[in-house]
Amino acid sequence: MEQEPVLKVTDLSKSFGGVKAVDGVSFTLQAGETFGIIGPNGSGKSTLINLITGFVKPDRGRVFFRGREITGIPPYQAVTFGIARSFQMARPFYNLAVFKNLVIPLYSPRAKRLKGGKYGDRDEVAIHLLEEVGFERDSLVPYKLAGTLPHGYLKRLELARCLALEPDLIILDELFSGMSMSEVAGILPLLEKISAEGKTLIMVEHRLKELFRVVKRVIVLNFGRKIAEGTPEEVMGSPEVKEAYLGGEVAEGAGS
Amino acid sequence: MAKMAYRKERVDRGIKARTDDIFALSSFREILYLVLPRLLVILFLLPLPLFLGTYWQKVMLITLVIALLALSWDLLASVGLVSLGQALFFGVGGYLAGFLSTRWGWYPLFTIPAATLAGAVFCTLLLYPALRLRGIYFGLITFALPLLFMRVIEATKILGGTEGLSSLPPLPGTTIELYILLVVALGCVFGFRRMFDTDYGLVLKALRDNDRSVEAGGINVQWYKAQAVFLAALPATFAGAFLTHHYQFVGMPAFALDYSILPLTSVVLGGAGSFAGAVLGACILVPLSEVLRAFGTLRVVIYSVVLVIFVVGLPEGIFHYLQRKYHQFERLVPMEEVSNGARAGFKGY
Amino acid sequence: MEGNLVNVLIYGLVNSAVLMLTSLGFSLTFGLSGVANFAHGGLYLFTGYITWMFLHYLGLPFLPAALFSIVIVGLIGTVIYRLILMPVRGIVLSEVIATFAVGVAILEFFRWRGFVTYEFNLPSFVKGSITIAGVNVDYQRLFIIAIGIGLAVFLWIFSHYTKTGLALRGMAQDEYTALSLGIESDWAAGLSMALGSALAAVAALAILPLGLISINIGYDVLLVALAVTVLGGLESTVGLMVASLLLGYAVIITGTYLSPHWMEVVYLAAIVLGLAIKPSGLFGKFKELEERV
Repeated sequence: MEQEPVLKVTDLSKSFGGVKAVDGVSFTLQAGETFGIIGPNGSGKSTLINLITGFVKPDRGRVFFRGREITGIPPYQAVTFGIARSFQMARPFYNLAVFKNLVIPLYSPRAKRLKGGKYGDRDEVAIHLLEEVGFERDSLVPYKLAGTLPHGYLKRLELARCLALEPDLIILDELFSGMSMSEVAGILPLLEKISAEGKTLIMVEHRLKELFRVVKRVIVLNFGRKIAEGTPEEVMGSPEVKEAYLGGEVAEGAGS
Repeated sequence: MAKMAYRKERVDRGIKARTDDIFALSSFREILYLVLPRLLVILFLLPLPLFLGTYWQKVMLITLVIALLALSWDLLASVGLVSLGQALFFGVGGYLAGFLSTRWGWYPLFTIPAATLAGAVFCTLLLYPALRLRGIYFGLITFALPLLFMRVIEATKILGGTEGLSSLPPLPGTTIELYILLVVALGCVFGFRRMFDTDYGLVLKALRDNDRSVEAGGINVQWYKAQAVFLAALPATFAGAFLTHHYQFVGMPAFALDYSILPLTSVVLGGAGSFAGAVLGACILVPLSEVLRAFGTLRVVIYSVVLVIFVVGLPEGIFHYLQRKYHQFERLVPMEEVSNGARAGFKGY
Repeated sequence: MEGNLVNVLIYGLVNSAVLMLTSLGFSLTFGLSGVANFAHGGLYLFTGYITWMFLHYLGLPFLPAALFSIVIVGLIGTVIYRLILMPVRGIVLSEVIATFAVGVAILEFFRWRGFVTYEFNLPSFVKGSITIAGVNVDYQRLFIIAIGIGLAVFLWIFSHYTKTGLALRGMAQDEYTALSLGIESDWAAGLSMALGSALAAVAALAILPLGLISINIGYDVLLVALAVTVLGGLESTVGLMVASLLLGYAVIITGTYLSPHWMEVVYLAAIVLGLAIKPSGLFGKFKELEERV
């Protein structure tokens, strides 16, 4: 039986003032897959995510989510359909307590429909979600102002925010950046669990070693174009990819 | 010999548990501690209209009208929309009430609610395209709109043109009017404060912090902002409609800059984000301006200077200052001598 | 009818120059440091009154009086930045409220002191007039066109070819990079306030001789500056010129063919429609940058 792809992207393009940030990228994603998008700095990875999730309107190309066209829809609708994303630069609600940060996504129409919950309940669900991403319930951390959290914690908060939305597709934009090795090691089982639940996962990463422990298939972007697609081993064996990485900058640090 | 130094320590009274909106109350005393300030204000304000003379009754009326506009401003600011033109809501409410009673001869009992609701809907639709604007740009549009309405009314001579609409049906009398306004204003203060304690209010508050993350949280930012504008417009259009019937007249001054500047100054004075601060600010500013009436336009200069001093010097406003003092006490604790470097570092923090 | 048309053509040009000159200072400060100086109208009128005082109380000749005024207003701009804006830098609302309050304080102070009668006017630099195609134009108006174009060219050269100008533009484009290159943010913003204020003074000295000085001009000037800046977009001299021309002619055309009542409506409508339809202005580039999240 031919299964309908979760996400189908065809010929997606966007340029900013003459610079082609994303140029004719296409790929297809089956349900339950874990998928990586890699590439050197400035290769258009974040823009690609912004195009899929509606934060940027594409110049050309189309995006289908479970057979339904979602090209250029507003970001909140992408969530309603079941796509959640994290941001590379975590920007929480600094003036709210950490767990209150999650009450906002829990208030979205999608979370309301799937989780229900009245006032009071959402606080409880939020703290439960924080536990899942590794915040200890009985520590003071969930009750602190989000502005006081260190970077690694903010990244996990971002992940919790995605999970709060009960998504079918999760797009994580450089989740690992800013996390320590042990934090990454702590988060990997959770990602595996999410994947085992049948959720589809897209990860944009610079930290390839950690990424390849999670994803089965990757695409490589360079100057906005897709230059390779396949398993991590296949892709890293491609001369073009080697050229892109070695010829460009060293793949570490903040991205596009 | 080391000199004994003291530092100030702020101690919380320990009523708050974990976060701002969860209280651990364990005795009547603590309940009283929370309720008392609210009760005192209500008990002071409720009998007030009965003791005031005609002149000060009018002052109180204007105070409450400005307080309503300030509440409206504060709600907008709480979701990150900074209005420089509260006169827009005021004028729309006023003119609608005037129009309804001159055109169809409605009674104030109907015109005021109708103008309040219709005005709020109208203003929301009007501002809808501007909701995506950030920071100062939204302010600019609200700054320009009331002035635009004023000039259009002048140029087209609609709605009475420069003459305005007069001989509107009166309200039953200043004392009753004061009580109506008082109930509405207090209702707004407590209602808005309550609303911001709910999850819905949390979403609204989050809009100000960072609307990109709200959008990524699956919430339609534009739609929620529109709801906030509608809610915020209600007290202001009500104030406009009410004052129109009080004066039995509405004219171009309803869109004047005064109704934009006074509420804004009130909030800055009283402190934004708490709603009580907005009312407190109006209660200081409007009577003060009556006292200063003898100075002519110098009082505008005085407001402006006060405004600058507060914006720059005490940005939290009077209410937050008082609240802080009420919830915390300070004591001096001895401390060891610290090096100048450490002290400078501390100050910097 | 033909005379009318020539009239519109010439006075539209004059009006455009007036608008550009009026908003140059505001737009410069906004573009370079992001400070919307709502005291612009206040400073503009302040120039008019102190120059008048220099002329009538101290009996100075016009040129030194004008120069003094420009320098003083420029200094006031810096002082406003140092004392009032620096503590609230970055909080846009506070910046706007504080500068607006300063502007209102200046204007209402003069109103209170009774500076509202007919005696207050400034002399023209150049007397006399010329007839162009049957329309009488005085030299002062031609002078305004010249000074408007001159200043725009000067600013363009300043910001593109001098060290200071380049530093300021760098600051406006990327604060962090500029900081790392040793350009101090407060210095740059203070300077841009001083320059903007001095430009307001120059505009006042050139334009005020056309009529009487009255308090409400201060508020109108702010409105005009807002309209032109919103329409023209930030940090774009060309945008400023085109917006001035557009608005300048639009206002004269409505005034001539519709009714003078509608003239102010044009400015206000420009602000409202401009922001609602194209927030980045006709030539602004900021929108696209912001879209990049």
